[in-house]
Amino acid sequence: MSNNEPVKSTGLHIGDAKPGVAKKDPILVADHVTRSFGGLTAVDVEHLEVPRGAITALIGPNGAGKTTFFNLLTGFDTPNTGEMHFDGKSVRGMRSHQIAKLGQVRTFQLTKALSLLTVLENMKLGAGNQLGEGILKSLIPSIWRKQEAEIEERAIELLNRFKLSEKKDDFAASLSGGQRKLLEMARALMTNPSLVMLDEPMAGVNPALTESLLGHVLDLKKEGMTVLFVEHDMHMVRHIADWVVVMAEGKIVAEGPPDSVMEEQAVIDAYLGSHQETDLGVVTGRVDASEGGEKQ
Amino acid sequence: MDWIQILSNTAESILSPVTFAFVLASLGLALHFGFAGLLNFGIAGFMAIGAYGYALSILRFGFPWWAGILVSIAAAIVFAILLGAPTLRLRGDYLAIVTIAAAEIARLLFLTNTFDDFTGSASGLFGYHNSFREANPLPDGFYGLGPFSYSSTDWWVRIVGLSLLIVVIWLLWALTRSPWGRVLKGIREDEDAVKALGKNVYAYKMQALIIGGVFGALGGVVYALPSAINPTVYVTSLTFFIWTALLLGGAATVFGPVLGSIIFWVLQAFLTNVLPALTQDGAILEGLTSQQGSTLRFILVGIGLMLIVIYRPQGIRGDKRELTFVK
Repeated sequence: MSNNEPVKSTGLHIGDAKPGVAKKDPILVADHVTRSFGGLTAVDVEHLEVPRGAITALIGPNGAGKTTFFNLLTGFDTPNTGEMHFDGKSVRGMRSHQIAKLGQVRTFQLTKALSLLTVLENMKLGAGNQLGEGILKSLIPSIWRKQEAEIEERAIELLNRFKLSEKKDDFAASLSGGQRKLLEMARALMTNPSLVMLDEPMAGVNPALTESLLGHVLDLKKEGMTVLFVEHDMHMVRHIADWVVVMAEGKIVAEGPPDSVMEEQAVIDAYLGSHQETDLGVVTGRVDASEGGEKQ
Repeated sequence: MDWIQILSNTAESILSPVTFAFVLASLGLALHFGFAGLLNFGIAGFMAIGAYGYALSILRFGFPWWAGILVSIAAAIVFAILLGAPTLRLRGDYLAIVTIAAAEIARLLFLTNTFDDFTGSASGLFGYHNSFREANPLPDGFYGLGPFSYSSTDWWVRIVGLSLLIVVIWLLWALTRSPWGRVLKGIREDEDAVKALGKNVYAYKMQALIIGGVFGALGGVVYALPSAINPTVYVTSLTFFIWTALLLGGAATVFGPVLGSIIFWVLQAFLTNVLPALTQDGAILEGLTSQQGSTLRFILVGIGLMLIVIYRPQGIRGDKRELTFVK
């Protein structure tokens, strides 16, 4: 599957591609989202729309606030100000599990395989609306046995797709780092998400596995899911992203299709670091250029 | 040395209410720690709440014995909610701190002279058995075989204790093999991952804390069934003895805590009987007083625990791939 060049989605936005541009069909909208830790404003996003049915990459240098923004979007952290809508529904003040139930699932930068559960148990845990997860119903297996069998069937199907089915009865702790990434992604799919958010899916994965991971991400799009991912690997971003959002110092500094956005001066300045002697604050407009210049 | 007497005393401990109480409490702890990963260092507090809830509702409010057990269960639920509400959203160690402190607070409240009229303070509670013994269907007499010969009252205590035990074992087994138990094990491994999958982690942890706490309280009830309540029983070292029994058997198992508690008490009973005998003239511990000999058992139990932790960290019944100590 990864031999074929991925089909890029185009025409996602309305008007010029600039930070905060409106999308034709946004699945996720964030407005005025800020988060500060003491004096440091880690995230200050004026407006962002994530296009539905496409793969969006969130890139930026270390400390740009990508993961913090991710945590805010998924309810793992609470913004100081701002409003967020998922699928037209306000998710402000919702807790992480409530947001997840709406169909927005995430993975973590440091992979979270549930080590002392078997691979199959990891997968089954992902399925939503399980009757047997209620404390009273759990005591009567006849209530949940049929659903459990269906879940198992689906889990094994997914494990086959991710080439983990041979490991299904092993503890997740026995998997390699790359296999854990695969398991985490497969487990996320068990929730039947409409938006999959991947935090650095390629970190620490060897090149051979990268290919198959890329294939899996592209498959998500084919199945109609929206993907938003944080990544440092520019190759991957160019290869599979339909839309790229660039963050620096907590702000969105550029947006656009991958080919054109990489050309933008702000991106080159902020991310690729060709102007290393310039204060990053000058690029984002936090520090006045002349003031920044004086320091040089 | 009277080996027959020693072995008979040892065997007796298998069917002793204290062993049942340990099994019940360690099953509660298995749910807390083994399955949900909750560090509860206050299981003695739950047991005290259970014992006092039972005796006080009979003595002070004239409840029948079965209503006393229901009161104990209700009290344990309230206690668990009080402990869990502020701490279950925080990191695990906070629960450990709060539970160990709350157990001491509970014990000291039962011990203080201020409420002497109500709790009996240091002399504890006794004489709450009428209702329980009247419910005894066994005719008066003495039944049994060998070391397991008891009066009908003693049998009644054991029958009720064992029945509670069977219900609790079934409950724990049914809960932990279900999808509910799977969520709990997931939370033990990494609660953020489980949150990201849309499960209300806080609610699951609270449910686990409550149910395990109720098991602990039932342990307290069974402890109190045969004779009297002595406030010096429910000290922190009781908590750690129950942890010992749990880890001995295997924390994330259902039958491990059962086995661990029985082995713990059989060993205790055996050493209590054999060590003083060994201090007699001509035996290997000659020179020690019989009291010193009997204290030696705690040293041996301590060494035993160390050996388990080093060589079999998953406990007797635990899956050997699953090393709960070395996570």
